[in-house]
Amino acid sequence: MVETDRIAKAWEVLETVEDPEIPVISVVDLGIVRDVSDDDGTLKVNITPTYSGCPATQVIEDSIVEALDKADMRPFDVKTVLSPPWSTAMIREEGKRKLKEYGIAPPADDAVDKKALMGEERQITCPNCGSNNTHMVSQFGSTPCKAHFKCKECLEPFDYFKCL
Amino acid sequence: MSKDTARYNAVTHLGDNALILGHRISEWCGHGPVLEQDIAMTNIALDLIGQARMYLEYAGRLSGEEKSDDDMAYRRDVLDFKNFLVTELPNGDYADTIARQFVFDQWHFLFLSALQQSTDETLSAIAQKSLKEVTYHKRWSAEWVVRLGDGTDESKEKMQRAIDDIWMFTGELFTQTDEEKELVKKGVLPNAEALKSTWDSEVKRILDEATLSLPGDEWMQSGGKTGYHTEHLGFILAEMQFLPRAYPDATW
Ligand SMILES: [Zn+2]
Repeated sequence: MVETDRIAKAWEVLETVEDPEIPVISVVDLGIVRDVSDDDGTLKVNITPTYSGCPATQVIEDSIVEALDKADMRPFDVKTVLSPPWSTAMIREEGKRKLKEYGIAPPADDAVDKKALMGEERQITCPNCGSNNTHMVSQFGSTPCKAHFKCKECLEPFDYFKCL
Repeated sequence: MSKDTARYNAVTHLGDNALILGHRISEWCGHGPVLEQDIAMTNIALDLIGQARMYLEYAGRLSGEEKSDDDMAYRRDVLDFKNFLVTELPNGDYADTIARQFVFDQWHFLFLSALQQSTDETLSAIAQKSLKEVTYHKRWSAEWVVRLGDGTDESKEKMQRAIDDIWMFTGELFTQTDEEKELVKKGVLPNAEALKSTWDSEVKRILDEATLSLPGDEWMQSGGKTGYHTEHLGFILAEMQFLPRAYPDATW
């Protein structure tokens, strides 16, 4: 197979690998796959962890290996890179849309959370009814990547994928 | 690889801080005062243990003995641990836990900010990654110091006592061994002593806001970095290391 085809095929395969905790979004949409390249016949797949302690990291790596294996992509080498660190800015637009559909408010742009870290109120839109009349219950939520919010309009609690 | 002892010790120290404090906070799991804070502490514990893995994996490579991060965490004894004493102190009540987290987070944030510029690429990468998480930890612990300090008479009294009790363990955060001083010269580590004035003023600012008083100068306890620990560390290790020591080949 020509190198470029092989790399394109690898990306296709990776698009089918889902995040174990948010099973509507692929590891590519999440920005976990940093780079795919060909190194003298060996496919190099660089991935990056989201949160340091994210329990899903190992599962994600295993799923990627399994998917590439199934698609006959050997020889390949999946490597974890730390730098530059993963940030929510690496989530693709497509990924943000899917998060919202799934009921998780996607990360606002960096500036909003920076302000929030400085103590200002941030405006997060309720993924359920679209209201901006929401408030943060806790900056720590059900998984390391989420904060816990409540909508004052429809009264539903929801997860917010916080900026990192 | 021949062993770079100074670097191995420094990286192990950073990993041990994260591991031991992470383990301590994880003890709150299921015991938090309210559900949201139980979750917050478990999240902080996860972040720290994740950071510990990155440091200890690197330390294992520097050990010259091909040790894994698990070997580093589970196959060393008390004297080999290099964490700050403050990280191994018992949880006490909620105010004690907040006080410990507060003094540590304030240091951690400053230290990692500076460590991002390390000439050691791995340390720099770990610092960049961890700093994002620690920014949230620092905000959380400072908010609780203010909430409890500027709260009811009882919460204020407990928060003040907790700050007073922890104070003697804060001096160690700014100590440097001779080995570390050499690494500072090489740009591997930031100069911890130089971080103290910013730490002092930030801690004072937050304690002021919390209507708490800053403890006076007192004798400072140190020893963790060189393996002289409180009696508490042995109990942590007994619990943390039991399974891998009793069943060395256990897998999930
Ligand atoms: Zn709503």
